[in-house]
Amino acid sequence: MVTQQIINGLALGMGYALIAVGYSLVFGILRLVNFSHGAIYAFGAEMAMVFIGMHFGIVPGIVAAMLLTGILGIAIDKAALEPLRKKKSPPIASLITTIGISNIITNLLIIFLGSEKRSFPSIFGEGNVMIGKFPISITQIMMFVVSVLLMGILMFIVFKTKIGLAMRACEQNPKAANLMGVNVNFIISFTFFLAGVSATIAGALVSGYYQIVYPNMGFMAGLKAFAAAVLGGIGSLPGALIGGLMVGVSESMAATFLGSTYRDSIAFIILILVLLLRPQGLFGRKGITKV
Amino acid sequence: MAENKDRNTSTAKERKSFAIAEMLNLHQLEKWVHEKKQILLPALILFLLAFPFILSNQYLLTVSIKIGIYSILALGLNVLTGYTGLVSLGHAGFVAIGAYSSAILSMKAGLPFFPSVLLGMLLAGAIGVVLGLPSLRVTGTYLSIITLGFGEIMKMILMNWQSVTGGTLGIKNIPKPEIFGMELTVQNYGLYYLALFFLILVSVFCFFLVRSKTGRALRGIKGDELASTMMGVNVNFYKILAMVISAMICALGGSLYSRLIGYVDPNTFNFDVSTMILSIVILGGMGTQRGMYIGAILLIAFPEVSRFLMEYRFVLYGVILVLMMRFRPAGLLGWKSRLPYPLSRQAKEDLAKESKELV
Repeated sequence: MVTQQIINGLALGMGYALIAVGYSLVFGILRLVNFSHGAIYAFGAEMAMVFIGMHFGIVPGIVAAMLLTGILGIAIDKAALEPLRKKKSPPIASLITTIGISNIITNLLIIFLGSEKRSFPSIFGEGNVMIGKFPISITQIMMFVVSVLLMGILMFIVFKTKIGLAMRACEQNPKAANLMGVNVNFIISFTFFLAGVSATIAGALVSGYYQIVYPNMGFMAGLKAFAAAVLGGIGSLPGALIGGLMVGVSESMAATFLGSTYRDSIAFIILILVLLLRPQGLFGRKGITKV
Repeated sequence: MAENKDRNTSTAKERKSFAIAEMLNLHQLEKWVHEKKQILLPALILFLLAFPFILSNQYLLTVSIKIGIYSILALGLNVLTGYTGLVSLGHAGFVAIGAYSSAILSMKAGLPFFPSVLLGMLLAGAIGVVLGLPSLRVTGTYLSIITLGFGEIMKMILMNWQSVTGGTLGIKNIPKPEIFGMELTVQNYGLYYLALFFLILVSVFCFFLVRSKTGRALRGIKGDELASTMMGVNVNFYKILAMVISAMICALGGSLYSRLIGYVDPNTFNFDVSTMILSIVILGGMGTQRGMYIGAILLIAFPEVSRFLMEYRFVLYGVILVLMMRFRPAGLLGWKSRLPYPLSRQAKEDLAKESKELV
């Protein structure tokens, strides 16, 4: 029973981790909590659904949705956030802008696709694998594998490529990076693209897992993923992974032992405890709290 | 070089926004309002008192009561966000505390309206102290996130504490407030006057709060926390005080709201309510009092008058937030005042005496 719940929690946590990566990437560079990220995640899942409905096939459909969502991320940055940066607005202005954008995206999804829950095709098919005594569904295993693979790719991009070097430079000091010839605005847009892509993959995986998709799915998932990002140390990729897994496991534990009405609150309790006791999170650097 | 260019463009933009303010004669308008205060204020109060008789429409009256309640909520959040500079995304939690505790105390303990509201406000104030404590440790975005978590946790408590709050079903048939045995409803205009009474009370309170020593301390914290500490302001105390005042005002608004609607459930007070209150504060102009009324009128009346837009009006609501931040972050009524600095009567008399002595 406990092991089963841990496995469920890990699969769920992987989804959170992939969303948390988006928060971490953007926060690392802009010191901005992107409240529209939950809506971007829902957008990605809905678009995957739309493309699959247009007979793209499952994988090409998801890839198309990834590209579209990535472009949406860039568009948000260019249309709403870059002008604010140029004006040197206070951080709260950007924060409120992202809340507004989240509102726009979610409500446009509701208008064009309807607010009802629709069924999402299972991506990896049905079936269980017995590991020891415990049956684990193929979907859970594949979710885990795909997520780890994607995390690996993201880490490779950030730590091994030239554009990743530029991203890390912008994270440390945008002005100095600009002087070294880094196109900071391009890097920020690229970061939003990456965040959108990983959110879409998370959206497709989680929707495939629950086989359900709806426009408001992003709100709660986004907040929980944010809790995961803070727990792991916002701005840190391994932190997002570990934080996501911990939030996922504690959520499925809370649902089993405390009752299902508590499952949504556990992430917030973790969030508040972390912010009070160790604001930099598990893997975060000191001094990053300076917002 | 790039830096320099940025600065130039920003001043150019500032000049442009000044030009817009000049064009609309906002400063002249402000001066005019300031000079004609003796006439305008009684006229406004008279208008507000006569309002239900002019209107005599149930639906519009309900909307205007709602506007009044949201003005109270915005004034409450303004104490925290506008004056002290701490942004809360979870004030729906305090609204919920006020709404629930006033309703429960009336229905289960049989308390009359005013004591139940007062107890709800005290409870919200006590919880405000608890929520104020993190604000000593974390700042900026992190504090906003903590308040957001607080709002969500409040919702969870309301859902799970079934014996008291009725769980997800909420509380139905909340009695209308009674004064001297007379039931105040929308029909007999009682609720309107009750809301108006509290709105004026809160407005007067805020008016004097900002101009008091406390208000100056709060604005000092917003301007520069370190500098305020150096000037001898007990920053910790005033931050918590701001949170408590703000929580209590919002609880008051919440208890009025529950009496107006007659029904509360955990989802009545979700994140949307928090952002709604924050949007009113921002649209009107953070740190101004006049902005709260205009913001509430615009944002509450907007969904009602724009029913023809159907679902698009919720999109527009997001668009308003984005555009405001982009083009007018100080809010609609948030321009820099050019009125002469208000001096106290004592200071004026002293000045007059000194100038006489000089002559």
